[in-house]
Amino acid sequence: MSEFLQQLVNGLTSGSVYALIALGYTMVYGILRLINFAHGDVYMLGAFFGLFAARALHAGVDPNPVKALAVLLVAMAGCGIAGVIIERCAYKPVRRSPRLSALITAIGVSLLLENGGRVVFGADPKFFPQIIPSRIISLGGGVSISNQQIIILGVSLTLMILLRLLVKHTRVGKAMQAVSWNPTAAALMGISVDRIITFTFMIGSMLAAAAGVLVALKDPKIEPYMGMLPGLKAFVAAVLGGIGNIPGAVLGGLVMGIAEVMVVGYVSPTYRDAIAFVLLIVILLVRPAGILGRNTTEKV
Amino acid sequence: MTSRIRWFASCALVLALAIGGCSGQKKADEIVIGEYGSLTGNDATFGQSTKEGVELALSELPEGKLGGLPVRCVVEDDRGLPEEAVTVVKKLVSQDQVCAVIGEVASSRSIAAAPVCQEAGVLMISPSSTNFKVTQQGDYIFRMCFIDDFQGTVMAKFAALNLKLTKVAILEDARNDYSVGLADIFAKAFVSLGGTIPGKVQAYNAGDTDFRSQLTAIKAMNPQAIWCPGYYTEAGLIARQARELGIKVPLLGGDGWESEKLLEIGGEALNGCYYSNHYAADNPDPRLQAFLTSYKAKFGKESDAIGGLAYDAAKVLFQSMQTLQTLDAAAFAGLGSSKAGTPARREATKKLRDIVAGLKDYPGVTGVITLDSNRNATKPAVVLEIKDGKKVYNTTVNP
Repeated sequence: MSEFLQQLVNGLTSGSVYALIALGYTMVYGILRLINFAHGDVYMLGAFFGLFAARALHAGVDPNPVKALAVLLVAMAGCGIAGVIIERCAYKPVRRSPRLSALITAIGVSLLLENGGRVVFGADPKFFPQIIPSRIISLGGGVSISNQQIIILGVSLTLMILLRLLVKHTRVGKAMQAVSWNPTAAALMGISVDRIITFTFMIGSMLAAAAGVLVALKDPKIEPYMGMLPGLKAFVAAVLGGIGNIPGAVLGGLVMGIAEVMVVGYVSPTYRDAIAFVLLIVILLVRPAGILGRNTTEKV
Repeated sequence: MTSRIRWFASCALVLALAIGGCSGQKKADEIVIGEYGSLTGNDATFGQSTKEGVELALSELPEGKLGGLPVRCVVEDDRGLPEEAVTVVKKLVSQDQVCAVIGEVASSRSIAAAPVCQEAGVLMISPSSTNFKVTQQGDYIFRMCFIDDFQGTVMAKFAALNLKLTKVAILEDARNDYSVGLADIFAKAFVSLGGTIPGKVQAYNAGDTDFRSQLTAIKAMNPQAIWCPGYYTEAGLIARQARELGIKVPLLGGDGWESEKLLEIGGEALNGCYYSNHYAADNPDPRLQAFLTSYKAKFGKESDAIGGLAYDAAKVLFQSMQTLQTLDAAAFAGLGSSKAGTPARREATKKLRDIVAGLKDYPGVTGVITLDSNRNATKPAVVLEIKDGKKVYNTTVNP
């Protein structure tokens, strides 16, 4: 039993990271009907920005919580800017084109970031310094959690709550909902659709950056291709929860994290990456709109 | 008008230069050897140390020549991928027309590329691939290190007799020939010494960064140690996550742990762990110390055992070529680049092969090397302990 509970703790931690990445997918999809395949690579950029910030602040040599927070904020700011640049340079020019063009552009941006990362950062894995030294906290019954895992859960939860408040209770959040509902009508009501889209990309990229830093804290090996698989899995998580649906992305991420850990722990690690896609197939067969998604008929 | 004439003139000039550059002069005769390894990727220090070991051996050749011919080494990066290893070795063999190849460290990559060398009649000396299957690929394939049957048994004996353990869990890299082989051999030897392996063998895939589920399963088995015969990147991460989950028992590993990066990745979590290696850097042997000093002077950092083995491999190759020249100067000429693709080259590599195969009591920096009938070296292994963030010599086990 204690083994199961321990696996559950591990699953929740990795699931909350998937949830953060999945939120970016789902927000962009909700507004633009675009699957931003470059999102996983923005997460990679976040980890690297965090690494450079940590090196500049010597956060690994003399760790303290203020520096760790600074590393997180620098990475989020860096990725926020990167997100805006990507949106303005790559997606905006093809916004009026068919949806397929935007999708192909997204794949292009993804390849650009991965291989550009390889040129700039080098192909060798880098090791993220311990900006918060790990400490083990026993939960009793043989189950333990590290302070890093608590931080990951705490930061993810805080960001998710902030996002919820932003979307539901601010003017810009209401504008986002309006654009998602009907961009033409929203524009007629005086909402600057372009600015809302850019803003959405910025928020999504910042969440991905936070995920990047949090993962690097837990599993300190970072490299330019690290975003590929987590990106795909988070996309599956977003579909699982119902793409375009914010609570759905969180739920999908958690389900994904727990499923993965349980498969590795009780079945075989070979299926670690397969389980994500098994879940995708099952959900598409059983409930194509996702767990929390609403079935909508598309007007033709 | 004049500008147009000038434009044509410059075009003609560029064209002439391009054609002139292509034809070139006939190249002087030289000996070309190849080296391939993971200069980048998950286990990049393996490839880099090998490259530097070979470079050092090359720089010690008088005037960089052997039997009057200059020696050149072509280095290729396989990015740590077996399929890429095949591609780069094919390039070395067919384009650079090398007469011998040094590489790889990882057994999976050596096994993948060896058939290319065997078919072309090019010698391949793996400095440090320990899986049994490597030299089984053909009689042109050699290695300068012990094999895993020996290494796995050494660590099983060390666990059972020196550390007096009776229950050891296993965590292997499922897609790595080296790791799976070593895990099996250890398990057999450990059980025959009266130990038990609790539960099923846990596995991961190279490149994974999260080992918590496997470690949680291992924790429930309550072992006295964990045998994890993988490579250093994963070993370091596994150690850290094991400590996070409250697993305090030592981790045991093989020579795949040997890297300057191991301690950077694993840090304090590795204290109290043991692994088998080809040499201990604190061994006072004068040959080894002389090598370590000249390595440091050339590259400004400490060598690891992988670098030492590559140095030995290159030295053995050069010495054998030298022997060939003394015994049969006509055959030696066949190694030259001007003879590439001719029957004389085939004849020369065949004779060179026979000389390397007969290697006996070669005084290498990683120990005395004698090749057996399977072209494997029989050498002692050392066990290192990680203590206060340093690798400390613990014991030597002879074959």
